[in-house]
Amino acid sequence: MAVVFSKPHSLTDKSLHYCPGCTHGIIHRLVAEVIDELEIEGDTIGVASVGCSVMAYDYFNVDFVQAAHGRAPAVATGVKRSDPSKIVFTYQGDGDLAAIGTAETVHAAARRENITIIFINNAIYGMTGGQMAPTTLPGMVTQTSPYGRDVEAVGFPIKICELLSNIEGATYLERVTVNNVANVKKAKRAIKKAFQNQVEGKGFSLIEVVSTCPTNWGLSPQKSLEFIETDMLPAYPLGVYKDITGEEK
Amino acid sequence: MAKVTFKTDICKGCALCVDACPKNIIELSKTELNVKGHHPAVCIDMDACIGCAACATMCPDCVITVER
Repeated sequence: MAVVFSKPHSLTDKSLHYCPGCTHGIIHRLVAEVIDELEIEGDTIGVASVGCSVMAYDYFNVDFVQAAHGRAPAVATGVKRSDPSKIVFTYQGDGDLAAIGTAETVHAAARRENITIIFINNAIYGMTGGQMAPTTLPGMVTQTSPYGRDVEAVGFPIKICELLSNIEGATYLERVTVNNVANVKKAKRAIKKAFQNQVEGKGFSLIEVVSTCPTNWGLSPQKSLEFIETDMLPAYPLGVYKDITGEEK
Repeated sequence: MAKVTFKTDICKGCALCVDACPKNIIELSKTELNVKGHHPAVCIDMDACIGCAACATMCPDCVITVER
């Protein structure tokens, strides 16, 4: 018998600190599998964000920088420009990328930085205990919106893929999810393309992964996956939002 | 002929593999506790396993190795 599935080499043996059922683990594995398949482990530099994924440097077998809150695309810009031969990716949550880091994200896209961003959208601040995020759904109950998000008072969710699709510099934007086996495989294809784009020097790629937070949503891991299907996906439709990799530049 | 191996000590008992298995042959152990204090996932009928790796695909913690 041959091994058909095991832990990718680009992940370390350290046990993940994420809560039971948190899909961060699945997405970490997909990124590591892509790094293995593209054989770029020795050339990859990751940039971790602030949030639950703050300790990503412990889990990937690649060099890592830990950026200040929201600044990962700016740090990645610096790393990539100082050594363009390296493959640079950031791994950021929605409280990081879509809140305090909006400016860095938008301008990295506008400059068509040749980096890859993995954006985890679970509509809540996980690490700090479940506060409302810019991506929280209207009416969704969080620690800081106990009666549900009131759009009259605090505004509407920010949809990053839709937002960046209007920016000329963005190369490849896709929204995926990991709520079942088929979607995990699609997510891996998207992440692989995002890294491949960078290897080929095609510019700014961002993959938004609609993810779960069982602990702060107050749901079981199984119910969280159902919540993605019933509530998250209607608000955050999956698909390719921009792809100019096939066009002449 | 297929075989799944669980690294039970790093399992957090989230049971995503239990739901993913098309043959319904994975369950959380009712008797065993691992070092983290969780009831780990175990395969209850290895002969029925088809080696599809759906369990390992959904496992957030790389607990599962699949051989086929």
